[in-house]
Amino acid sequence: MRVPILKQSQYVIASIQSALSDEELLQLRDDLARDVGRYRSRGVIIDVTVLDVMDSFAVRTLRAIAHMIRLRGAETVIVGIQPEVAFAMVQLGLTLEDITTALDLEEGLAFLDRQATAGARAVGMRAAGTRAPGARHVQ
Amino acid sequence: MSSNPRREPLPPAESVVSISSSADIVTARQRGRALAAALGFSGSDLTVIATAISELARNIIEYATTGEIVLSQEDSEGRPGIVIVARDEGPGIPDLSRALSAGYSTGPGLGLGLPGVRRLMDDFVITSDAGRGTTVSVRKWLP
Repeated sequence: MRVPILKQSQYVIASIQSALSDEELLQLRDDLARDVGRYRSRGVIIDVTVLDVMDSFAVRTLRAIAHMIRLRGAETVIVGIQPEVAFAMVQLGLTLEDITTALDLEEGLAFLDRQATAGARAVGMRAAGTRAPGARHVQ
Repeated sequence: MSSNPRREPLPPAESVVSISSSADIVTARQRGRALAAALGFSGSDLTVIATAISELARNIIEYATTGEIVLSQEDSEGRPGIVIVARDEGPGIPDLSRALSAGYSTGPGLGLGLPGVRRLMDDFVITSDAGRGTTVSVRKWLP
């Protein structure tokens, strides 16, 4: 089953509904890379709440998705990793490295909103000819 | 031959899942999870068992293309456990100790497959003959 992708203001939200085969996960990757451009999104949320297993392929693919989305100019947040899944991932030695995670959809959206606000502030300061110490360079 | 005395445990139910596509990986781990739940495992153990099955099935696809996962139960001094046997007739693993060290992989994976599965389960036995295939047997006992 294809993962439904919803557009919500400047973000897209992919909420996984059931266990995914490898092909379905790769389809999600391609759909998200396309939709970020189509909707000019600044952020992507992938909700994995229903996944009862995240094995090495799932983790590798989620990492690839997040890196691709970053290259497309948006941020990805993985939300809803269940405690048992987190436990098994740690046992197996799987990490999401530099990928942002949040407890649930609400926290994920709050993170993206903070990112957007910080980005806008940095742009505003540069436009006003000032530069906050440590402000991120935003193009 | 003779009637089964009431106290004698029933022969272990065995479930064989043949593995040849990524959809079979999902089937194998769902069936293993169901068996583990029926045996009394719960919570993170179910996830750990399903994750181990997923990695074993993935190894079959990656290195041997086809094979099978056999799920069964076993008792050790009255303590039930789940047994998972992953079998293939693929090329085999020439250097087992290397394949069992974390970070080593000849495939596209993260090199965590076998050492990761070993960490997840209680018992881990692997036999491999170059050119004749690989069998990995793992067990987890009910806590």
